[in-house]
Amino acid sequence: MLVNIKLNGKSVVSDIAADMTLYDFVRKHGCYSVKCGCETSNCGLCTVFLDEKPVLSCSVLAVRADKCSVTTLEGIQEEASEFVTFIADQGAEQCGFCNPGFVMNAIALFRENPYPDENEIREFLSGNLCRCSGYEGQLRGILNYIKAKKEKELQ
Amino acid sequence: MLNIQNYIKVESLDEAYELNQKKNNKIIGGMMWMRMGDSRINTAIDLSGLGLDKIEENDDEFRIGCMVTLRQLEVHDGFNQYTGGCVKEALRHIVGVQFRNLATVGGSIFGRYGFSDVLTLLIGLDSYVELYKEGIVRLEDYAGRSYDNDIIVNIIVKKRPVHMFYEAVRITETDLPVLTCAGVKFADTGLCNICIGARPGKAVIVKDTYDILSSGISEESIEKFADFVEKNLPTQGNMRGSAGYRSHLAGVLTKRALININK
Repeated sequence: MLVNIKLNGKSVVSDIAADMTLYDFVRKHGCYSVKCGCETSNCGLCTVFLDEKPVLSCSVLAVRADKCSVTTLEGIQEEASEFVTFIADQGAEQCGFCNPGFVMNAIALFRENPYPDENEIREFLSGNLCRCSGYEGQLRGILNYIKAKKEKELQ
Repeated sequence: MLNIQNYIKVESLDEAYELNQKKNNKIIGGMMWMRMGDSRINTAIDLSGLGLDKIEENDDEFRIGCMVTLRQLEVHDGFNQYTGGCVKEALRHIVGVQFRNLATVGGSIFGRYGFSDVLTLLIGLDSYVELYKEGIVRLEDYAGRSYDNDIIVNIIVKKRPVHMFYEAVRITETDLPVLTCAGVKFADTGLCNICIGARPGKAVIVKDTYDILSSGISEESIEKFADFVEKNLPTQGNMRGSAGYRSHLAGVLTKRALININK
């Protein structure tokens, strides 16, 4: 099936199988930040934006993204860099395997709610599993990031 | 592994209905759980081009299109106001935002899953399913039926004045629930619905066989009805909890629901 998907701002026209997932599609087109960590639609590691909404790319057919815009971490490097650097400096994560999905969903949260409180962060990011940090480091990192962002804006 | 030969984004419900009469064709809602099966689908039928992804609200009812996502329903101001925030409470624990941005209300209702928070929430209210061929069917009746080839077009929730309570017990956040409970008191009749799901069977409204609540909700009738639910609601055991544990939870949540909807 012929699809035309706007991947990270560029039109990609491709002839694909009906059962190809969006996850396989973006990987095929070089977006290797997107990974599949669970096979049960649970871990959030394959998060991409489909028409600006965070979705599990492993659980949606690529044909459904026809004529839609798809964004991966590769497409929002500039927007993500400040947050990613801050989280790394905080030592918030350990192995980093879950990081791309976590960053994508955190960016989605900030776009919807720039200054979330602790409960809002926990709730929005509950679909991003991490098997080594226990989430405390990430939560502390995000809260410090928001605090730093607020202080910067006040200056 | 999921295997799909063809994919058709239909242009009308008639086209979808015709395609759906063939055994090997299937409607894909959000597709969430389908990928975990080992099924071979000849034609995947996609309803996403039919504008059924809207929640319409008027003075009498909410009309929820079958392709509305769980996230759309969760953050809908009008529906949250009507249910006293119960819709958000019921849906926010389901996996994650990314999952709920794909999973559809129609898919959840058609699946009639035992663990479904969506089914528990909506059966508790005065809800109906609008089927393409058959027309409007009470959701409680639809939930008890076996799967057929008709198509869910909308879910209709009548706007009767309600006090509502919702709580689900989970072993850990984002897991499937051990037990779900929706309590609804209809202000126009004074009657209550206590709906329990994840028993682990599908959600049912507990029938007040002995008219315990018919003379009103009081401390005494709450205790009696909670005890009745604990002893009589059919429950079973699975990896998330034993039948005895679920029965105990059913009694506790019933009591909590009745206390809250009577405030």
